Amino acid sequence: MKELVETLAKALVDNPDQVSVTQIEGEKSVILELRVAPSDMGKVIGKQGRIARAIRTVVKAAAAREGKRVVVEII
Amino acid sequence: MTGRTVEEAIEAALRALGARRDEVEIEVLEEGSKGFLGLLGSRQARVRVSLLENPERAIKGFLEKVLSAMALEAGVEVRRREDYFLVSFYGRDLGLLIGRRGETLNALQYLTNLAVSRMIGERVRIVLDAEGYRKRREQALVRLARRLSERVKRTGNKVVLEPMTPQERRIIHTALQNDSQVVTYSEGEEPNRKVVICLRKG
Repeated sequence: MKELVETLAKALVDNPDQVSVTQIEGEKSVILELRVAPSDMGKVIGKQGRIARAIRTVVKAAAAREGKRVVVEII
Repeated sequence: MTGRTVEEAIEAALRALGARRDEVEIEVLEEGSKGFLGLLGSRQARVRVSLLENPERAIKGFLEKVLSAMALEAGVEVRRREDYFLVSFYGRDLGLLIGRRGETLNALQYLTNLAVSRMIGERVRIVLDAEGYRKRREQALVRLARRLSERVKRTGNKVVLEPMTPQERRIIHTALQNDSQVVTYSEGEEPNRKVVICLRKG
């Protein structure tokens, strides 16, 4: 799941080397914290959060197979 | 890459890259020279051949990485259409990739358009499809549009559809554009923009 968020984020930003994802495992849910360069925030959020929403939708689909709830937070 | 002549060096580079000439950028660093009587001071030709990022390869590369990160075993086929690229996935577990009402497929399509346009430095239009989903969805939307237009004609009340993507709304508008009794328009902001069907006045 971590790798998926990284792959998607790196393809969207100007500074792929500054993309990092931390995975925090809970019992039923997983929190993925996505960090990008400050200047790249808009590239992973998008107008009205459209890009962030698309990333969450794709990650949610991948997580569904593992029966876990995934939360993607952009920090 | 070096060779006895520029031509030979380029050919060797293309073989090494497995690329065609129109897929690369060629820079000649040094023209070869035969030297004096082919003995003294002969120099090899040196060229730099770099692979151009072509859209098909960029699309395939990006989606294969995404699929592998999703642990999905699906293949990717990219075909160039007149003004867009059509990507078809093949394999198992494709329902997951499509999602409810194409939600996942549309999200991935949006991200692919952004990522690939960045990679190749120009705007490209990419449509993702799996198991003929786009065609099935189009047929379902056309049927829905006809059925709802009949209701509008019968009751005189307008009908507001659920939020749809621009492509889906276009299918509804197109399906009813030749109907003389109803008109269609969209209202609201993305991603909650909806098509409205109402009676044509006059």
